[in-house]
Amino acid sequence: MENTNKKSSVNIGQKILKCGIVSWIIIITIWGLGSLAYDEYFLPSPKETIDSLKLLIQNGTLGGDIAASVGRVVKGWLLSIVFAVPLGLLVGNFKPVRWLVEPILSFFRFVPAIALTTLFLMWFGVGEESKVALIFYAAFFPIFVNTIAGVASTDKSLIEAASCMGAKKARVFFTVVVPSAVANIYTGIRLGLSSAIICVIAAEMLVGSDGLGYLINSSKLYYKTSWAFAGIVTLALIGFTADRILQFIGKKKLKHFGVK
Amino acid sequence: MYIELKNINKSFGSFKASDDVSFSIDKGKLIGLLGPSGSGKTTILRILAGLEKQDSGDIFINNKNVNTLSSSSRGIGFVFQNYALFPYMTVYDNIAYGLKVQKRDKKYIKERITELLELVGLPGLEKRYPDQLSGGQKQRIALARALAPQPELLLLDEPFAAIDAKVRKELRTWLRETIDKIGITSIFVTHDQDEAIEVADEIVITNKGRVEQVGNPVEIYLEPKTPFVAQFIGQSAIIEDYSKLKGFENDSGKTSAIIRPEFIEINKYEDNSYHQFESSMEDATVEDVSFRGNAFEVRADIGGIKVTGRYPLNSPRLKKGDNVKVLIKKLYVVDENSTGILINKALDDSDIYYI
Repeated sequence: MENTNKKSSVNIGQKILKCGIVSWIIIITIWGLGSLAYDEYFLPSPKETIDSLKLLIQNGTLGGDIAASVGRVVKGWLLSIVFAVPLGLLVGNFKPVRWLVEPILSFFRFVPAIALTTLFLMWFGVGEESKVALIFYAAFFPIFVNTIAGVASTDKSLIEAASCMGAKKARVFFTVVVPSAVANIYTGIRLGLSSAIICVIAAEMLVGSDGLGYLINSSKLYYKTSWAFAGIVTLALIGFTADRILQFIGKKKLKHFGVK
Repeated sequence: MYIELKNINKSFGSFKASDDVSFSIDKGKLIGLLGPSGSGKTTILRILAGLEKQDSGDIFINNKNVNTLSSSSRGIGFVFQNYALFPYMTVYDNIAYGLKVQKRDKKYIKERITELLELVGLPGLEKRYPDQLSGGQKQRIALARALAPQPELLLLDEPFAAIDAKVRKELRTWLRETIDKIGITSIFVTHDQDEAIEVADEIVITNKGRVEQVGNPVEIYLEPKTPFVAQFIGQSAIIEDYSKLKGFENDSGKTSAIIRPEFIEINKYEDNSYHQFESSMEDATVEDVSFRGNAFEVRADIGGIKVTGRYPLNSPRLKKGDNVKVLIKKLYVVDENSTGILINKALDDSDIYYI
């Protein structure tokens, strides 16, 4: 009896550790203790950060910045899905095209979107277009590369099975190759979203007058370090929530496509 | 002849997977392609299906040369070792696949699937996904899917290799019955001789890309045509210098022989009962005794020659180190290219004596 009690208390302990509450308590405690040693301009405390968050929500700044950033991310990211997935499927399915594209791909993979900011500003202007274009570029590669990998990972015996049942190439492509690539495409889309979020902050910090990146960057002008913290916390929450939603959709709807 | 392979050759780099393979199959027969791994049996199956192209040679199905037809135009049902069910489709959609290719109407497809699921003994599983099925169920669904478009020929590549031993035995019998029911010409690949002998009407034995022998299971078992077949089939062991054995002295040139458990008789040494061939028996020492359910399997050493035989359950028990008398009734003698049955002279003579 005692033994089982011990066991169940160990299980509860494990559950609490797993759900992450303990980790958060530790981090916030360290942060709080650390902030005691410095003034607000150098390291704002958790409370000061929350106060700033409240203020920014109340005066509407945060809402506007979130809307601006999220809008850009969604635009650039959706656009990259629309282009990267079909292109990746085609490139992956035809070996000669793959050979043609692969060298170019491995070249641009090491050029981060930030490096292109200046060029994009020159080409697309300082408005929305250049930012969306940058996000598009940032999200495109993970999606494209993963889609190609998904096509390449198609189980050969599934293609052969379809072929033996009379399916010609086009049908095999749509009924075997595409569904087999879904799990990888999904991974690419998730990675693409995180690239897009990283990129939008960098773009907004460099140029622009709104968005979370602008909020974080401009806080230094007003000596409001706690605003930067508020922006960072918001950003993390948005990214975390978006990824969780994607994960949930993947688990619910794409289970049989091999999404785990 | 319904299916005919003529002088098929196929190499993968320097590896010769098919070396002048020729054989033919009658309509409605169930053929087992049997051989050790790497002997080229799967390659033959894949060439037949059009999944692999032969370097040279011809394939005829129903008197029609199908060399230039792709796998999608040959009308062949193929069952894969790993089932190859579409994991993202339900059982219903998996079986419907070939029917949709044939542009059958929905009503027909529904009826055909119900009929096939009944045939494979899994009615009502339409809505399941492959990951919700056991290995045996997956293979039954894979068979149903292959049969759905009514192929002229059914090919099965090691269909039971990935299934555990007990279910495998059930599935074998079931496959035999199912194929009999629909009467489709079928070829299955296996490396398990029990499977081939139990299930097949005819066995094609392959080794190193070549066909060694084609025949019904009894022929293959009793009259192996090549040294490889003699050694591969049954629980065979090789005896290098058999002329030392009593009753097999001074035979012609051949020196090595193949022996099977059923060729020998083991008697307990102290056994006082009279035995007709006492003088032709070899003295041996028991090396190992293991229980095989219906008999003991005894490994014995005859002056350096190791033999394995059966020993009845109701005879006096044997243990390791016991002295026994072993009567060798016959051997397959082999050389490079041929085999022959050699009967123990004592038994041979006495046969004549008693006639």
